[in-house]
Amino acid sequence: MGMSSDAATPAGGDAPPANPIGELIERVRAIAGNLAVATTSDRGEATIVILREGALGFFRKIRSEPGLDFDMLVDLTAVDYFGREPRFEVVYHFLSLATNHRLRVKVGVPENDARVHSLVEIWKSANWMEREVWDFFGIRFDGHPDLRRILMYEEFKGHPLRKDYPFDKRQPLTEERDPIVQDWKF
Amino acid sequence: MATEAVESLELRDPTAEIMDIQMGPSHPATHGTIKFNLKLDGEEILECDVEVGYLHRGFEKMIEQGTWTQAIPYTDRLNYASPLINNVGFILAVEKLCGVEVPPRCRYIRVMLSEVSRITDHLTCLGMGATELGAMTVGFLMNEARELLWDIVEAVTGARVTVSYTRIGGVTRDLPPDFEARIGNAFDHLRAILDDCDKLLTRNRIFYDRMSGIGLLSREDAISYGLTGPLLRAAGVAYDVRKAHPYSGYDEFDFEVPVGEKGDNYDRFLVRFNEIGQSLRIIEQALKNLPDGPVRIDDARFVLPDKHEVYNSIEGLMNHFKLIMEGAKVPAGEVYQAVEGANGELGFYVVSDGSGRPYRCRVRPPCFLGMGALGQMLRGHMIADIIPTFGMINMIGGECDR
Repeated sequence: MGMSSDAATPAGGDAPPANPIGELIERVRAIAGNLAVATTSDRGEATIVILREGALGFFRKIRSEPGLDFDMLVDLTAVDYFGREPRFEVVYHFLSLATNHRLRVKVGVPENDARVHSLVEIWKSANWMEREVWDFFGIRFDGHPDLRRILMYEEFKGHPLRKDYPFDKRQPLTEERDPIVQDWKF
Repeated sequence: MATEAVESLELRDPTAEIMDIQMGPSHPATHGTIKFNLKLDGEEILECDVEVGYLHRGFEKMIEQGTWTQAIPYTDRLNYASPLINNVGFILAVEKLCGVEVPPRCRYIRVMLSEVSRITDHLTCLGMGATELGAMTVGFLMNEARELLWDIVEAVTGARVTVSYTRIGGVTRDLPPDFEARIGNAFDHLRAILDDCDKLLTRNRIFYDRMSGIGLLSREDAISYGLTGPLLRAAGVAYDVRKAHPYSGYDEFDFEVPVGEKGDNYDRFLVRFNEIGQSLRIIEQALKNLPDGPVRIDDARFVLPDKHEVYNSIEGLMNHFKLIMEGAKVPAGEVYQAVEGANGELGFYVVSDGSGRPYRCRVRPPCFLGMGALGQMLRGHMIADIIPTFGMINMIGGECDR
């Protein structure tokens, strides 16, 4: 049991000095190459929008590249921009414990082909959060080991956080499940 | 049918069989509605599939239906053991979008009440966790301590749990005049209780044996699973949002971040227990240096006018009407604001389209990610170890299931 009064450099070593956000964006943009659609620095937050095809390689690189080292996938969610093309945006928030940087990555996803590649093989936290996005937005994650609904129940019809799902819509009660029959897998 | 089942049971060797058991959703020893689908070899857990969602109330969907201010009461109901931290986290995200800065007194009040909430949350977690392991005395003592703090919260906000205390650009009302005396009295009593609990638990043989080495998660796994707060710090990573990304003036306070070594349940207990002491330190420093001045900004775009203005001037009346009916117009954009919740990094990712209503508000719930790692923490342990491991994650249904 110890105490740390200087948690800004948690890696316990020589963390490099905090780069300004512009520098971070430049590095990330260089890694993204042709994938980069746009980069912004707004209210002290770095954002990069990338193309869906080939995004997995980009994510692998920002995980392992020295100096970036985004070792924590803090948050993964989606936004439904109904009426815009592409309709959905999958939004990732990364944190590097070594450099203390945050990065937001956004990937556009069209409605008629709502799928992106899963990140479970790189960050384990993606497992439940991708299940949640599937549950609420109906975006599929290719390569996910166990893409089931997580907060809603299996019989639920539709994806409630889509903008065209009415907030006061009711759904019928489901039949009681036979407790002996296992409909879940590990 | 029945005799058939009995006969087939007699033929089988029960010890050689893998057993499927569903524990929950309403189990007397889990404080929270949750189901564990277990594969057991005897009493040993081979696989544990965790099912959450029983308390889902459509938090993120409902927030999109009202104005920004109407979203604040929903945030109370996320982590109801520490509602003020949720209030502060949400409103900081909105204020970041608006680009407003609150007065120093307001910042200090927010810090103090966040820390009071952190203590009540840790007391809930530790008291319940100890009760479930048989240390009922500690449970009662910690509940008593929690009552002291909830009395203070009630004196400040008018409610014990559903506080809805923050507003864009400030807080609803100033501290009561006897706030300092109340804190002083409560803290004397609280410290005595914590001393007792320390003696009852920390070196208690039974408690130690039930907690130590159970629910282990390595540093690498903890990071990969996105764990934050006491779960991550118990694994040896000194990441605390208050230190790493200071908000609301936390960098002006002197406090330490307790860190564990092994990443087991006992370390999680120690981290939480020591954090209570650090929170007391922060509150006392804030009280000593509490600045005078207003508790909200003076900005007609976001803050309701005084009642005197509303009833006596047409401008005040119109301003009031617009803010209530249409909501404050938060500039378009998107922000992610993290605060250190009692269970870890509580993040709000909010998207505004410039209208009076939130376009999207995503909560990053720390205990949801903790529950995601629970299956791995429990693998290879005994079925009785579910209870302390689950207890130390401190799943709060309102926050996990939203």
